[in-house]
Amino acid sequence: MSARRLLALGGIGLVLVGMVFGDIFAVFVLHQNAAKVGANLSAAAHAAVAGNANAVVGSMQSVGSFLENRGTKVDTHVHMIAFGYLALLLGILQPFVKFGEGAKKKLAWAFLFGAWLLPVCVFLIHYVGLAYSPLQAIGWASIFADLGGAVVIFSTVVYLLGIAKRGGPGKSALSRDALLVDGSSPGRILLAGGVALVLLGFFHGSYYAATSLYEHEARDYSLLSQMASSAASRNVAMVNTALGNYGELAGEKAVNIAAHAHAIEFGLLAMLLAFFQPYVGLRDSWKRRWAWVLLLGSLLLPVCVLLELRFGLLAGGIADVAGLLVVLALLAMWIGILRYTGQIDAAAARAAEGTNQ
Amino acid sequence: MSKAGRLLIFGGIGLALLGMTYGLWYAVFAEHQELEGIGGSLATGFSAAAERNAAGAVGALQRYRELKYAYDRHVDVHGHWIGLAMLLIVLGIGLERLGLDEKLKVLLAAGLLLGSLLFPLGVLLQTWSHGAAPRGLAIAGSALVIASLAVMAAGFARAPRSS
Repeated sequence: MSARRLLALGGIGLVLVGMVFGDIFAVFVLHQNAAKVGANLSAAAHAAVAGNANAVVGSMQSVGSFLENRGTKVDTHVHMIAFGYLALLLGILQPFVKFGEGAKKKLAWAFLFGAWLLPVCVFLIHYVGLAYSPLQAIGWASIFADLGGAVVIFSTVVYLLGIAKRGGPGKSALSRDALLVDGSSPGRILLAGGVALVLLGFFHGSYYAATSLYEHEARDYSLLSQMASSAASRNVAMVNTALGNYGELAGEKAVNIAAHAHAIEFGLLAMLLAFFQPYVGLRDSWKRRWAWVLLLGSLLLPVCVLLELRFGLLAGGIADVAGLLVVLALLAMWIGILRYTGQIDAAAARAAEGTNQ
Repeated sequence: MSKAGRLLIFGGIGLALLGMTYGLWYAVFAEHQELEGIGGSLATGFSAAAERNAAGAVGALQRYRELKYAYDRHVDVHGHWIGLAMLLIVLGIGLERLGLDEKLKVLLAAGLLLGSLLFPLGVLLQTWSHGAAPRGLAIAGSALVIASLAVMAAGFARAPRSS
């Protein structure tokens, strides 16, 4: 297996596991965690009504602890997917790296080792804590997560040095590479669809920034002020109203940011996958079908996430199905790359040998 | 590789380095202070409310508002610079497949690179000035990115087929 195919399989694998983990996290942790944060904020506001400053501080510390737990889960999800993208990008750039295939493969294994180690250890930070740690503030999980990050940085920098050593991609290298010059229809569908998704995400982000961002920021402050001033005047009804409105505001912000981020990330994923279509060992008709399935899921998910505010669980359910479509399409492409016979790699190796002679 | 492709790939690598360097600086020197300030001002605000000190509560929450405003923008700048850099690199690699004139490609690449630099920069400048100039810079940058991408999307869709 070539370094390029290794990075493609490892990269798609990282994205797949990151997405499945994100789904599990959303269903079993995210909502429960948000409810606990809300309950503790409510407890802090009611403690303020009762004039109990110590209880206020205790509840606020609990809010911080729940947010930290949530943060490590989000970081695991985000880093797995981001490292998956980086692996795919490095895979595309392989012909520009002036090292032997053996060295490229070792670097690919090192990159993938670090890319798995960091998110797994970030996930464990909350559970391992400072147990048996030689340091006062940093636990073993954090130490190994940092090690994973260092290995990823090291292998990426070495790859970049390999590209610099070659003096940049030459025109002949570009025209010879089967993955870069492929103009087949699944690749075109994914590339054009991916750019369109990124564009859609930008449009939504700009619209949100122009119409809602500043209003949401102002409302965040005014609702917290309303909570505090109502608590100071012991007006429980007003405190409860402000708490309810604050929860709704948090929901509005969350769906808008999630829709914006997911549209752009899925778009970028489609663009990256467009380059690997020659490696997918499936019939052209199936490659086209899976490309459309990936794009359909990638479009439906952010749109339905946005509609969750209006249609609730119905839209949420469709968004989950859309996520499943993306996972299925990714899995099909992963299996296709695994089935691949090595024809393109062998041709590239023969061409490289010819150049050396 | 074409001039437009080089502009996007090397511009993207430069932008990624800028985003990472900024992120590193922010994580080491500013993030923890801002997060502690946000949590601390919230706790102080509600504690002041518990002590029936309305003025103290308002002051602490005003501090929370300012810190949260800056924190959101600092994190956004880091994420957007690196995300846009990745997009530039991928587009640079795929530019050969774009069915457009070479001069137009260079123009689009330059517009995309400039927009990707200016849009997060405008957001960052909002943490120093709440005036119209930084907001205008962010809007102009994002408009450049959107316009260039829209033309590129059309170009990729009409690219010639091959087997």
